[in-house]
Amino acid sequence: MTTLARVFPSRPVHPTGVWSWITTIDHKRIGILYGVTAFIMFLTGGLEALYIRLQLALPNQDFVTPEVYNQLFTMHGTTMIFLAIMPMGAAFFNFVIPLQIGARDVAFPRLNAFSYWTFLAGALMLKLSWFMGGAPNAGWFGYAPITGAAYNPGQGIDFWILSLQILGVASLAAAFNFIVTIVNMRAPGLSLMRLPLFTWMTLVTSILLVLAFPVITVALIELMFDRFFGTNFFVPTAGANPLLWQHLFWIFGHPEVYILILPAMGIVSEIVPTFSKKPLFGYPVVVLSGVIIGFMGWMVWSHHMFTVGLGPIANSVFALTTMAIAVPTGVKIFNWIGTIWGGSVSMKTPMLFSVGFVALFIVGGLSGVMHSSAASDAQQQDTYFIIAHIHYVLFGGSIVALLAGVYYWFPKVTGRMMDETVGKINFWLMFIGMNIAFFPMHFLGLDGMPRRIVTYDSDMGWNLWNMVSSIGALLVGLSVLVFMINVILSYRRGEVAGADPWDARTLEWSIPSPPPEYNFAQIPTVHDRDAFWAQKREGVRAVPVAGGSEEHDVHLPQPSYWPFVVSAGILIAGYGLIYLGNNNPIAIAVAAIGTFIAMFAVYAWSFEPVNDPDEDAGH
Amino acid sequence: MAHAAVAEHGEEHEETTTGLNHRKLLMWAFLGSDCMFFGSLIATYLVYQGKSQRGPFPEDVFSIPVTSVSTFVLLMSSMSMVLAYSALTRGQTKSFRIWLLSTAIMGMTFIAFQVFEFYEFANHELEFHCSEVDLSGTIEKDNHTLTTFQKNQLKEQCEAGQAEAVVDHGLTPRTNLFGTTFFTLTGFHGAHVTLGIVWLLSLFFYSFRKGGASPKRELDIDLAALYWHFVDVVWIVIFTVVYLFGVFPGI
Repeated sequence: MTTLARVFPSRPVHPTGVWSWITTIDHKRIGILYGVTAFIMFLTGGLEALYIRLQLALPNQDFVTPEVYNQLFTMHGTTMIFLAIMPMGAAFFNFVIPLQIGARDVAFPRLNAFSYWTFLAGALMLKLSWFMGGAPNAGWFGYAPITGAAYNPGQGIDFWILSLQILGVASLAAAFNFIVTIVNMRAPGLSLMRLPLFTWMTLVTSILLVLAFPVITVALIELMFDRFFGTNFFVPTAGANPLLWQHLFWIFGHPEVYILILPAMGIVSEIVPTFSKKPLFGYPVVVLSGVIIGFMGWMVWSHHMFTVGLGPIANSVFALTTMAIAVPTGVKIFNWIGTIWGGSVSMKTPMLFSVGFVALFIVGGLSGVMHSSAASDAQQQDTYFIIAHIHYVLFGGSIVALLAGVYYWFPKVTGRMMDETVGKINFWLMFIGMNIAFFPMHFLGLDGMPRRIVTYDSDMGWNLWNMVSSIGALLVGLSVLVFMINVILSYRRGEVAGADPWDARTLEWSIPSPPPEYNFAQIPTVHDRDAFWAQKREGVRAVPVAGGSEEHDVHLPQPSYWPFVVSAGILIAGYGLIYLGNNNPIAIAVAAIGTFIAMFAVYAWSFEPVNDPDEDAGH
Repeated sequence: MAHAAVAEHGEEHEETTTGLNHRKLLMWAFLGSDCMFFGSLIATYLVYQGKSQRGPFPEDVFSIPVTSVSTFVLLMSSMSMVLAYSALTRGQTKSFRIWLLSTAIMGMTFIAFQVFEFYEFANHELEFHCSEVDLSGTIEKDNHTLTTFQKNQLKEQCEAGQAEAVVDHGLTPRTNLFGTTFFTLTGFHGAHVTLGIVWLLSLFFYSFRKGGASPKRELDIDLAALYWHFVDVVWIVIFTVVYLFGVFPGI
C-alpha cells in the first residue's frame, strides 16, 4: 500500500468541528445531516407555498407576477417532494435502520456519505436557480413539450433537469445501500418476519427507488438531449408523441408517491404499538400490504392520464387497479386501529401525530378513491380538488408522520426529550391549520377553480374559501415555527431521556441515547419480533450497555474525504452542462474539470488506504 | 463478530445474513436498476418505430453483416471474461492477465465498430445517375422523397454536367425520430461498454501490483464480469430489436 498511500493522502482524523462532519461516514451523523438539510429545504418550500397563498388570498391581486407564480408552484412541488419529504425519510433510514437491525453501520458507509453530499449538490443546484437566471416554471411533473426549448427557452428547466438527475444519483446510491444493509446485515436471529415495520417499509421503498429512478432518468435524458442537442424525442412536428413524457414520468411518478408514503407508514407502525403497549395487530398482514402496495404501485400510473384519451379499455383497467390498491392501504389503517383497540394508550406527542396521520390519510385516501373513477376524475383533473388530495396524502400523510418520527426518535438522537406541552400545541396548531388550509380546496376544486392560475376574478365565487385556505396556511406556518422552537429549546435544555424513554419495542432503544459511535458494544441476538420488548419482559439483560469488554476490538469504518469530493465534482460538472449552450468554451472546460475531479476522486476512493495498520493487514 | 460491521474493503471472509457478499448484492441491485434504464430506452425506441417523418430509415443505413461481426466480437469477449475469472481462481496469473486484456481489447474492437458505424450513418449518401433523374418533379429514392435542400444539391451537380451525383442523406440524432432514438439507445450502451473497458483495464494494471492477481481478488473480477455479461446481454436485445427487426420488419 505504500506507493498508493503516497499518491492519495491517508484517511482524515477529525474528531470534532466542521471537517468531522464533511468527512464523516457514521450513519447517525449522516442521518442528522440529512434531517437538518431536509428541514431547511422544507422551510424554503413552505415559504414558496406562503407566497402562493398570499397571492391567492384575495381576487385580482398582483402580489407576484404570473412568471414568478409559475416558478413558485413548480419550485414548491419539486422542493417538497425531492428535497424535503424524500430526504427526511432518508434521515430516518440512516439514523434508525442500522440501530433497528443491530448493525454498527450501513453496508457501504462511504457510499452513504456520497449519497448525502450528492443530495446536497442537487438541492443547491435546484434552489440556487432562483438567483441564477430563473427557477423552473413548468410544474413539478414538467410535461413535455412545454418544457422543450421551443416553448421554454429559459435556463430554469435546465436547472430542473440537471438537479433531478443529480438527486436521482443520490437516491439510487442510498437505495442500493439500504437494500444491502437490510438484506445482509441483520443481527443473528433477526429473520425477515421479525424485522421492525419501519425497516420493512424502508426495504420496500428502496426497491421502488432502484426500479423507478432509472425511468425518470431516461425521461430527463431525453428532454435534456432535446434541449441541448436538438434531438426530437418530444418534438411533435418530427412525429413525436408528447404522451411519451407523461407515460415515462408517471411510471416513475406513481411508485414515487409510495416512496413518499411508505416510510411514513413505517414510522406510524413503530409508534402506534409502542404507545398502545401492544404488538402491532396483524404484523404479517401489515408487512404483506406494504409489499403489495409496492408491487401494485407499478400498475396504476395511467390514472394520472385519464383525460388524455387512452380509450375506455385502458381507462377502465387503470381505474380498477387504482381501486384495488386502496385495499392494502385500507388494511393497514384497520391494523393500526386494531393495535390501538384495547391497548393501554398513552397520548404522548408522537402518538398524537400518528393518530393525526391516520385520520388525515383517510381523508386523502378517500379523495384518491374518488379519483380512481375515470369519469369522475375527468371533472376533477387539474382543479383544486387534486391539490386538496395531494396535500392530504403528502402533508397530512407524509409530513405529519415524519414529524411523529421526529418527536419519537429525538430522544434517541440527542439524549433529550422534546417538550410535551409545546409538542401538543404544535400538533393541534398543525392539525387545525392544515385542515383549514386544505379542506376548502375540495370545495374550490368542485367549484371549478383550476390549479396553477395566478389569480381569479372576484365574481367567480371563490373568494371565501381562498381566504380561509390562506389563513390556514399561515396557521401551518405558525405550527412549523412552534416545532422549530421546540426542537431548539429541547436540544438545549430538554429533560434527559435515558436509553428507553417510551418503554419501546425495538433494538435502537436497548442502547444509550445518544448511541455511542459503534452503536452496539456487542451485537445482539434476536429471539422474537419486537426484540427489545421481549428481552425486557423476560427480564434478560442480554444487551450490555456501553463500555463492554469487547469495545477495543470494534473496528469502525474510518472517515473519508472522497465522497464529498466526488459530489463536489458532480456539482461542478452539472454547472458546466447548464451553460453548455452554443458550445461555450468556458462551460465545456468547467464540465470537463468537474468530471475529472469526480473521476479522480472515485479512483482515490477505491484505493484509499486505511490508517490503522492492523486493519490494513486484515485485508 | 465485531468485525462483521466493517464492510468497506469487501472482505471475502466476512459474515453476512444471506452469505452473499455485500458488494455482490449491490451489483445485482444495480443491474436490476440498469434493466429499467435500458428497458425505458428500448421502450422509447419501440414506441417511435416507424414514426419518423423523413428518412433515412433503418433499412437504408443498417448493414447486418458488419454489425453481426461486432456482435460476435462482443459475445466472444464474454467468453474470454469467463476464462479470465476461471484462470484467476485457479491461480494462473499469466493466463488470467491475457484473458482479461483480450476481453478489454474485444470490447474496444466493438466500440471501434460502433464509432465506424455512427460515422457511416452520419455520412450516408444517396447516389443518382443524372440521366435518369427528372429534376422538375418530386424525386424519390429508397422510399424517401428528397427534401428541397437535397434536390438543390442534386440539381447543382447535374447541371454542372456530372454523370453521377451524390446527395447527403446522413442520419444524426437530429435527423428524425429514428436517429434520435437509435443514437441515444446505442450511445448509452456504448458508454456502458466504455466504462466496462476502463474497469477491465484498471483491473489489468492493478494485477501487476503485489497481490493484485491473487485468487483472493476473485470478487473484484467477479463483479466486473457480472457487469460485462450484463452489458453483453443488453446488446443481444438491442441487436435483435433494433437491427434485425429494423431490416426484416416482417419478423
